[in-house]
Amino acid sequence: MTVTRRAFLVKLGVGFNALVGALLAVPIVRYILSPVSRARRPGYESWLSLGAVEQFPPGQTRLATYRNPVVNPWDGETATIACWVRHIDGGNFQVFAINCAHLGCPVRWFPQSGLFMCPCHGGVYYANGARASGPPERGLFEYRYKIDAGHLLIKAGEIPTPGRLAASGTERSSWA
Amino acid sequence: MHNVGDWFDQRLQLTAPVRATMTHPIPRETASWFYVFGSAALTVFVLQIVTGILLAIVYVPSAGEAWNSLQRLNHDVNLGWFMRALHGWGSNFMLAIVVIHMLQVFLFGAYKFPRELTWIIGVVLLLMTLGMAFTGQVLRFDQDAYWGLGIAVSIASRVPVLGSWLVGLLLGGPIIAGATLSRFFALHVFVIPGLLIAFVGLHLLLVLTLGVNEWPMPGRVVRRATYLQEYHQLTHEQGVPFVPTAVWKDIFFSGCVLLSIAACAAVFGPFGPGGEPDPTIVQTAPRPDFFFLWLYAVLSLLPPSLETPALLIGPAAALLVLLGLPFVSGEGEKSWKRRPIAVLTILLLAVALGTFTHLSSRAPWSPVMDAWSRAPIPSQYLKGRTALERQGALVFQAKQCHNCHALDTHGGQRGPALDAVAVRLTQDQLIRQVIQGGGNMPAYGKNLSPAETTALVAFLETLHPAGQPPARDASRDAALRASADGSSSLPP
Repeated sequence: MTVTRRAFLVKLGVGFNALVGALLAVPIVRYILSPVSRARRPGYESWLSLGAVEQFPPGQTRLATYRNPVVNPWDGETATIACWVRHIDGGNFQVFAINCAHLGCPVRWFPQSGLFMCPCHGGVYYANGARASGPPERGLFEYRYKIDAGHLLIKAGEIPTPGRLAASGTERSSWA
Repeated sequence: MHNVGDWFDQRLQLTAPVRATMTHPIPRETASWFYVFGSAALTVFVLQIVTGILLAIVYVPSAGEAWNSLQRLNHDVNLGWFMRALHGWGSNFMLAIVVIHMLQVFLFGAYKFPRELTWIIGVVLLLMTLGMAFTGQVLRFDQDAYWGLGIAVSIASRVPVLGSWLVGLLLGGPIIAGATLSRFFALHVFVIPGLLIAFVGLHLLLVLTLGVNEWPMPGRVVRRATYLQEYHQLTHEQGVPFVPTAVWKDIFFSGCVLLSIAACAAVFGPFGPGGEPDPTIVQTAPRPDFFFLWLYAVLSLLPPSLETPALLIGPAAALLVLLGLPFVSGEGEKSWKRRPIAVLTILLLAVALGTFTHLSSRAPWSPVMDAWSRAPIPSQYLKGRTALERQGALVFQAKQCHNCHALDTHGGQRGPALDAVAVRLTQDQLIRQVIQGGGNMPAYGKNLSPAETTALVAFLETLHPAGQPPARDASRDAALRASADGSSSLPP
C-alpha cells in the first residue's frame, strides 16, 4: 500500500500534535495532583499546641481548638479546627477528632451521661472514644499527643476520614 | 428591516435550515402535554445560567468571605435575595423536571431503538444536574455545606486503594478550607456547566436527527428491521409540523414553570445561608438539601457492615442499570400498558424514595440533642409518684435519656418510646438494659451510681398505661414468697 505525500504529512502533523499534547499533559496532571503529592512529602501534619495543660482539668473532657498548620490567608474560620480533649488523670490524655467516625459530622460531648453523640446519623461513643451505638464501625479518631513545657501538643493537620486510618497518624495503635 | 435581515442571511445562510428544523414533521399524537418536560428543563437551565452569572457578579468564592458575600446578597444588594431565590428554586425545579422528563421517557419506551444514545446522554445529564445540585449546595458556604463536604470526603475515603487520593483531590488540601471552595466553584461554574451545554446540544441534535418518540400504542412493537420505516410513515404521511402544532404547549408550559419559580422565590425567599461555616461551632445538626434527603436516610438506616459496600457498589450498579437499559430492552413494547414490570419498578422507586425522604424530614435516627434540657417530662408521669420515682425522673433528664427516648411523643426517637416500657420489661430486665445497654443502646453502668440506677428503674417501672399491669417475673415472685415463708418448695 502506497502512502501519498499529503496523507503522510497529515499523519505526521497529527503525531506531532499528539506529542506536544502529551508534553503539555504532564504539567497539567501534576498541577491537578498537587494536593495529593503534597500529602506525601513533606506531609500536612505537625505538632500543634492546644494550650497549657492546666486548661484541661483531670476527669473532664473539654473542647479545644487549633489553627491548622497548612493554611491559606483566605481560609477564614475554616482553618480553625476543634477537637475534644479528655484528661483522664495525671497527665494521661485522649484527644479525639471532632469528626464522627461514621461520616464526619461534629460529635458533641455530654458530660452528664458521659457520651459523645453525633447529630447526623445517630452515632454514640463512650467517654474513652469507644463506639457505643449507631452506624459507626469504630471508635472516635484519636490524635497523637505529647506534653512539652507544660503545653498539650497534638499531631494534626489533616481531616480524619474512615478510609484514611493507615495513612494518617490518627490511629492510636500507630502511636508508640 | 427586510433588507437588514437579507443582508445577514446572505452571509449566515441560517434561515433555511432553521425553518426546516422548526417545521420538521412530528407524529401527530406527540403534540401533547406529556411531551413538554424536555423543553421545560432546557428553559430552567437557561434561567440557571442567567441567574448564576448574576450571582457571580457579587459572590466571592473564598472560604473566608463566601458566607459574608451571601449575606450581602441577601440583605444589601438590591434584589440580591430575589436572584438567590430564583437560582435556588430554579435548581429544585430543574431537578424535579429532569426527573419527571426521565420518567416520561422511560414509561413511553422512548429509550428503545434507535434512541439508545439519546437516553445514555440523558443519564449523563441527570448525573450532571445532580452534580450541579451538590456543588451548588457547597457554594452556599454555610454549616450544612461544610459538614456536607465532610460527609462527601468520608464516603470518598472508603474507596479501596484510591480513597485518600480522592479525599485530597476533592478537598484540594488537608482540610475543608479555601482550596476546597475554589475547586467546587470551578466545578459549579465552569466544568459541569460547560459539559452540560455540550451534552444538552448533543441530546437536542439526537432528538432532531432521530425524531420525537411516537406516542406508544399497545401492540405497536419496536423491531430494528422495520421501526425506521414505520416511524417515517408516522411523521411524513400522518405527521404535523413541530412549529406551530406542538411548540405552543412547550412555550406555555415553560412559561408556567418560570412563573412558578418566580412565585416560589418571591414568597419563600432564598435558601439560607445557614450558620457560619465555622467548624468550631459544634452545636449544629447538618442536614442535606431536599434532593439528597433520601440518601441521608439510607446512610442512617443501613447496617454498619453493609454500608461501605452499598455506598461504593450501589451507585455503580444503579448507573450500570440505567446505561444498560436500552441495550437490554432495545426492542419490544413501548406502551406502559404492556410493561407491568416497568410500571412497578417506578412505583417501587417512588415509594422507597418518598418514604426515605419523609423519614429524613423527621430523622428519627438522630438523637434530639437538646431534648434533655428542653422537653420536660409530661406531668401525668410525675403526679402521685414517690420521692424515689421522681428522683428517677430527674436522672432520666440529667443523663440525657430523653435525647433518644420519647415520653408522650416528646424527645428523641433513636430508641423506643418509653411510655409503656414497664409492660415490656421486668425490673431485672430494666436494670440490665440500663447498665449493660445492648440493642443499639449504650451501656450506662459507668455513668450511673447504684442509687441513680435504683431511682431511674423505679421511675421506669411506673411507665405503663392505666389498667395494664407492669411486667413481672413470675419465678421471682415465687422465690420471694418462698423465702418469706421460710419453707422453700423450690429446690435450693
